[in-house]
Amino acid sequence: MSSAAVRASHGAHDDVLHGGGVDHHHHDDGSKTLLGFWIYLMSDCLIFSGLFATFAVLANSTAGGPTGKELFELPYVLGETMLLLISSVTFGMAMLNMHAGKKGGVVAWLAVTFLFGAGFIGMEVYEFAKLVHEGAGPSTSAFLSSYFTLVGTHGLHVTCGLIWLVVMMDQIRRFGLTDATQRRLSCLSLFWHFLDIVWICVFTFVYLRGAI
Amino acid sequence: MFGKLTLDAIPYHEPIVMGTLVAVILGGLAMLAVITKFRLWGYLWKEWFTSVDHKKIGIMYIIVALVMLLRGFSDAIMMRMQQAMAAGESAGYLPPHHFDQVFTAHGVIMIFFVAMPFITGLMNMVVPLQIGARDVAYPFLNSLSFWLFMSGVVLVMVSLFVGDFAATGWLAYPPLSGIKYSPTVGVDYYIWSLQLSGLGTTLSGINFIVTIMKMRAPGMTLMKMPVFTWTALVTNILIVAAFPILTVTLALLTADRYLDMHFFTNELGGNAMMYVNMIWIWGHPEVYILILPCFGAFSEIVATFSKKPLFGYTSMVYATSCIGVLSFVVWLHHFFTMGSGANVNAFFGITTMIISVPTGAKLFNWLFTMYRGRVQFTVPMLWTVGFMVTFVIGGVTGVLLAVPGADFLLHNSVFLIAHFHNVIIGGVVFGVFAAINYWFPKAFGFRLNEFWGKASFWCWLVGFWMAFAPLYVLGLKGMTRRMNHYANPDWQPFLIVAALGAAVIALGIFCTLVQFYVSIRDRKKLTDPSGDPWGGRTLEWAISSPAPFYNFAIVPQIKELDQFWEDKQNGVAYVQPAKYEDIHMPRNTGVGVVMGAFGTVLGFALVWHIWWLAAVGLLGMIGAFIVRAYDRDIDYWVPAAEVEKIERSRHAQLQQFQTTQVAPVAAPQRQKVA
Repeated sequence: MSSAAVRASHGAHDDVLHGGGVDHHHHDDGSKTLLGFWIYLMSDCLIFSGLFATFAVLANSTAGGPTGKELFELPYVLGETMLLLISSVTFGMAMLNMHAGKKGGVVAWLAVTFLFGAGFIGMEVYEFAKLVHEGAGPSTSAFLSSYFTLVGTHGLHVTCGLIWLVVMMDQIRRFGLTDATQRRLSCLSLFWHFLDIVWICVFTFVYLRGAI
Repeated sequence: MFGKLTLDAIPYHEPIVMGTLVAVILGGLAMLAVITKFRLWGYLWKEWFTSVDHKKIGIMYIIVALVMLLRGFSDAIMMRMQQAMAAGESAGYLPPHHFDQVFTAHGVIMIFFVAMPFITGLMNMVVPLQIGARDVAYPFLNSLSFWLFMSGVVLVMVSLFVGDFAATGWLAYPPLSGIKYSPTVGVDYYIWSLQLSGLGTTLSGINFIVTIMKMRAPGMTLMKMPVFTWTALVTNILIVAAFPILTVTLALLTADRYLDMHFFTNELGGNAMMYVNMIWIWGHPEVYILILPCFGAFSEIVATFSKKPLFGYTSMVYATSCIGVLSFVVWLHHFFTMGSGANVNAFFGITTMIISVPTGAKLFNWLFTMYRGRVQFTVPMLWTVGFMVTFVIGGVTGVLLAVPGADFLLHNSVFLIAHFHNVIIGGVVFGVFAAINYWFPKAFGFRLNEFWGKASFWCWLVGFWMAFAPLYVLGLKGMTRRMNHYANPDWQPFLIVAALGAAVIALGIFCTLVQFYVSIRDRKKLTDPSGDPWGGRTLEWAISSPAPFYNFAIVPQIKELDQFWEDKQNGVAYVQPAKYEDIHMPRNTGVGVVMGAFGTVLGFALVWHIWWLAAVGLLGMIGAFIVRAYDRDIDYWVPAAEVEKIERSRHAQLQQFQTTQVAPVAAPQRQKVA
């Protein structure tokens, strides 16, 4: 049975058995979840704003240690940035396939998104390891503490996104494009694009500002 | 294998702690024995622990809050006794290290594990009923919030017997709370218990905003929403806007302590003043998170027992919203003395004075609601009047402290202690007791005993003033807060009076416990057959007491503010519908309990640096959540026939008590009401 048919029969079952959708009260059409997820994203945004503010306060507290200008390699970070930005585009492709009801396309594009996201995380881990190796670890100065925490928190979010991507690929493979999986995929999409926007702020305020 | 945890972590040498431990173990064993003997485990698990019913979750929050109130209050008694004794030559009975833990635990427990669950519990119990909804927007998330909160409670209680608790004061200012000056696990217990319960609070906040925005009964526009729900909405917006900052602040402190970072240390560029700013950017909205729902409860109670509509509903809504916004621009008044400069201090002093204006407007609204009303001095109403008198005085001393010049003199003195207890006890505690007495019948189907309720109120009111009026005086005399010992013998008489005041409050708490016991014993006599014991105005009183698990058989249509009151006037409040519908309900789930349990394991392991166990806890939490995502059997339908059966017995009961038709109020009286 195609996913659209599954959805239709599910809806029809509810409507026939329970009086034609009179009880829209507890039947989540997805709008409640999306509103709640938006509010969650705003609260997450506040977490990042707290970290950005901390970074702004401590950016010059290098305590005689290395500064951003000495440490950051802009071309490398640009590479990271491109991976993440492209992953947003590929997620967009997955969503287009979802709206078109193409289950295979969704899973394939999610897999591509996963690869780009994992590549981003890999590059970030390598960058962190290199800094620590050079003696510029998070305990070197308040500036580096705030740098590692801000960028690392973003990385942690992307990692959570990767786990979520795997779960969603499996759920879509098993259950198809049901109401529930579509709703969750929409939330993950919001989450993924949100992390992209946060990264653009990181790139601008941490790396670009630090390099000049 | 066990990180920093060794057998030495148990404080054998502290007789007070060991005595408490023995009492807790014996009490706990007795409770387990009773539950096992009466075979209640299955009932508790099926009907309560795994429940996603907002009413049951609300009741559990309030029960835990009451238990934690006893814990937090025993800390208070210990402090009052120590300060009554430790003058001049006498050192009192508490060594400094223990005393410091006691005042820290008192503050943390009273705010996070008493006041917060009281408020969250009330919102859970009341908000869906007031807006005509069958549950909250995300019932599972609601259960998860509760169990995350519980894991915080467990960690705080464990800290009493395994290791120690923070000795830093309730906000754990660095550098004192840094690893250098607090090398034991106390601050770690503090951090992880607050992070776990704080996560639960944030999730609750999101849940309630969506519930209120999306699930109101048809026709209930925002300006037809009951005032309590309005205050709950603003409070939850504050929660979502403020708690993430607490999360960040504590996370940075964690990074300092665990990963040798330098956010708040004295070395390598750390900035401790940043912590103080950040924690109060959360902390000041937090006090409004606590007080606003109490303002809402007082508003409902005043209108109900004055038999009049609330005076100035619109201004009440705007005042609440103004307070919500202003609460984010006053935080610096907690540390005028830090040296931000005269202009910055002046700005925050002025905003602090401004925030008292909407609060004052609310007081006038309550007074005008009572004016020429037929005021019934029931227990909730006594708490309300006691609140109005007490809270105004607390507000006035607050405005006094808002003057930076005066604050330089009174900062960190016991005058400040008297002030914030004045508003938190006079506002939040009185509000919670008013609300419990008011909504108890809706939760359990019978009223609370009046006599013991009144006795409790008078003990609290008298005890509060006895305990804190001396502290105002001592603060003006120059006594600072958190003193384990003092040299000036002139202070002792005041502190003895304060200790006696605390004893009177203890009597008040005892009266409350007796009130519960007597009310449960006399539940037949106190039964509430109508579902509307007070002549209420809002939707929750339209349904039976206790509320059926689906709340509303038929979703009400709203045309007026106080729709139920209007319906009673027009004699259409209890009309039986021609036909019932199937009702869609969420299924119970144990995933919240499991995630809370893994959360507790995670927190405990992190406190003691047991890394493998921390991994187990974290993976367990994530795993349980993913398992839940694969569960497709999460809801069910209640057949219309079953709803009809329940509702018919309700209407039969109503007829038996001849309340099917509440007689419309006679015409002249109605005019006065209007």
